Amino acid sequence: MSATLNELVAIADVDPVPWARAQMAFTLACHIILVPLGVSWALMTLIANYRAIRHDDRDALVLAQRWSKYMAVTFAVGAVTGTVLSFEFGLLWPKFMGRWGEAFGVPFAFEGLFFFTEAIFLAIYIFGWRRLKPWTHFWTGVPIVLAGIFGSASVVAANAWMNSPSGFTLDSNGNVIDVDPVGVIFNDAMPLQAAHMILAAYVVGGFLVASVYATGMLRGRQDRYHRLGFVIAFTVAAVATPIQMGVGDALARWVFNNQPAKFAAIEMVPETSKDVPETLLGHLNEDGTVSGGIKIPGLASWLSDPSTGSSTTVQGLNEFPADERPTTRQVNVVHLAWDVMIGLGTLLFLLSVWYAASWIFRRRMPASKWFLRAAACSGVLAIITMEAGWVVAEVGRQPWIVYHHMKVEDAATANTGIWIMFIVVVILYLALAVTTILVLRAMSRRFRRSGGFTDHDTPYGPSESLEDAEVKAGEKTVR
Amino acid sequence: MSTTIAVVLMLAVVAYAVFGGADYGAGFWDLIAGGPDRGSRPRRVIERAIGPVWEANHVWLIFIFVVMWTAFPEAYASITLTLYVPLAIAALGIVLRGTSFAFRKVVVSTRYRRMFGAGFASSSVLVPYCMGAIAGGIASGEVPAGGEAGDPVDSWINPTSVVSGVLAVAVVAYLAAVYLVWDARRQGDADMVEYFRRRAMVAAVVVAAASTVGLLVLRADASYVFDGLKSRGLALVIVSVGCGAGALVLLVRGAPRGARLLAMLAVASLIASWGAAQWPYLLPESLTVSDAAAPTGTLQAVLAAVLLAILFVLPGFVLLFVLDQRDLLPEEGVEDAGDRAPDNLPG
Repeated sequence: MSATLNELVAIADVDPVPWARAQMAFTLACHIILVPLGVSWALMTLIANYRAIRHDDRDALVLAQRWSKYMAVTFAVGAVTGTVLSFEFGLLWPKFMGRWGEAFGVPFAFEGLFFFTEAIFLAIYIFGWRRLKPWTHFWTGVPIVLAGIFGSASVVAANAWMNSPSGFTLDSNGNVIDVDPVGVIFNDAMPLQAAHMILAAYVVGGFLVASVYATGMLRGRQDRYHRLGFVIAFTVAAVATPIQMGVGDALARWVFNNQPAKFAAIEMVPETSKDVPETLLGHLNEDGTVSGGIKIPGLASWLSDPSTGSSTTVQGLNEFPADERPTTRQVNVVHLAWDVMIGLGTLLFLLSVWYAASWIFRRRMPASKWFLRAAACSGVLAIITMEAGWVVAEVGRQPWIVYHHMKVEDAATANTGIWIMFIVVVILYLALAVTTILVLRAMSRRFRRSGGFTDHDTPYGPSESLEDAEVKAGEKTVR
Repeated sequence: MSTTIAVVLMLAVVAYAVFGGADYGAGFWDLIAGGPDRGSRPRRVIERAIGPVWEANHVWLIFIFVVMWTAFPEAYASITLTLYVPLAIAALGIVLRGTSFAFRKVVVSTRYRRMFGAGFASSSVLVPYCMGAIAGGIASGEVPAGGEAGDPVDSWINPTSVVSGVLAVAVVAYLAAVYLVWDARRQGDADMVEYFRRRAMVAAVVVAAASTVGLLVLRADASYVFDGLKSRGLALVIVSVGCGAGALVLLVRGAPRGARLLAMLAVASLIASWGAAQWPYLLPESLTVSDAAAPTGTLQAVLAAVLLAILFVLPGFVLLFVLDQRDLLPEEGVEDAGDRAPDNLPG
């Protein structure tokens, strides 16, 4: 009996570090898909809501109401998957939190405020359709948009702090003895990283919602309702995409100046040199040579600092001790993710240009079936782009959890059984993902079947009295 | 300053128990409401009651975590290293509960409603049990200082943890039943008022019994906290017992307005008495609040966030509850009569 138990313990006894990393990566990768919806969908809904009240537009009203109901579901899923992350900080990285919590935690104190605000006003907005006055109701939605922006800025401030830790004093043993909260929150990487994530939320949220309506239009639902849903969402994405490219470019230059090892991984530069080519795809070998890929001469140097052009020196991986830079495998992951992000980002940008050109020259959205087909794919492509960008940021930071202060392997829990939690989490999240999509689809089908409004009475209209509702409920039970 | 933050932390725990806890408790009543026919009316009251507020109430938990890891990082590391099993179960339970509840609201067929309902209701019992067990593990001194791990099993499977877990489930069920009396009354459902009033009385008795057993267990298993309850926490214990008894009397007399307030006060002072009893320790007899506290700059930032919350978030919170209590936030399902009929056909 005890022999079996010991065997079981031995099986469970595995190195926790890779499992902790895998679980953090997996749960964040899932949560990051819900973030854009939480941040940007509220704005799109308010645009529709504004149109509905201002121009007495019934289609826009239906859109806004339905979007708010979908949002209720995605926000709930986002809220609980976000909660899991706050458990995981302790469950997976207790040593990191124990040593750095007093600094790293500060931005979250403010994030908590924004999350509170978001949850409160989202509830008021979602449930306020029938009994609040139209403009009052509209204004209860505005704090959701602001809280989404500032909330993501706070969370990203914590992540940026891991890239450029500042705002603290260490004693001789390396313990944090003093903290400057402003220095922690407004660390050097924070402004650009936060802007990059918030814009990503608008890009991804916009394309994702638009892609649903593009699919509907391809299936023949060419009515005004679908066009409106498409135009609002796609316009948000098309406005955010070019700005995002500019911010992304500035952020890459920040990495070039401040995290040269990450930059060397991004551009796959084994040795410090000038006139570094931009390598598309390709593979870094263990011996430090690069094989395959398409090289564009001098471009990486030129992009790193346009003022010195192709004579800009780019530090290579050889500058850093092997245990202070990403491994060869990680370099390949970072570089591939970078190419995916840039490649897909460029495609999305071209799609936005097509859309803008059509509006400018023809005063309407592109009529081409090919445009709709591309737009129908844009949601998934935008998610992949964002995930790839996040992989660049996180894997590129390896082996550090706090840049130049603490390594990931020193931060993880010592609990050897966490692989069990990882497996349970994966199963739960996969079931959750499938269910969320099925539930959203079922809602959409039901909305479509019922035509106009789906409840007993219309928003902003006279409401059914509670007694009537009770009677109806009673009838249903009897039937 | 560390004392102020500790008080803030305690208030957040109380707020989470009194608001968020009741949402879990509602899940408990949902769980034992019976089959789809018999349980449909209480479930309807429950769904309407917690629908608009549960997410805002849930944020208190995030707030507790944030204050914990920012202001008391060493204790946070010790707690999560030691009590990782109940914490992991609670995290997964929270996912299951939140999503199941949101999904149940928007699906119409009885089969799926039952499936999501089961997920929502069972996790609503599991999570408060785990939270109680965690609190019990901390109270009985199972968590060492210094960001070290205590025993991964004994720390939450011990007499104090078990009794705290049961007590937590009983307390949230009690609070929920008391609140649901009002929610049923607002919804104009006299039968359900009576239904939840009876259950609130039963739950009150169960809470009283569990608390008594808890005291006996504490005397044997967590003497520091037990002694604290007799001295530092005695006033709060008396307030709790008084309010609880008062609430029970009012419930027996048909639940007038004061019962809800008294029930809240009873639970709030019960939890606060635990905090007072283990003072000045954050982790009894191994780590004091002042030793556990982060540097001053961090504590100032947390206090600033709390002040901002009082200025900006609290009014929003009050607004949400006022609107909700005035029925200005009616249920927004997606059902319509046409869809519902086929699923409800017998067989």
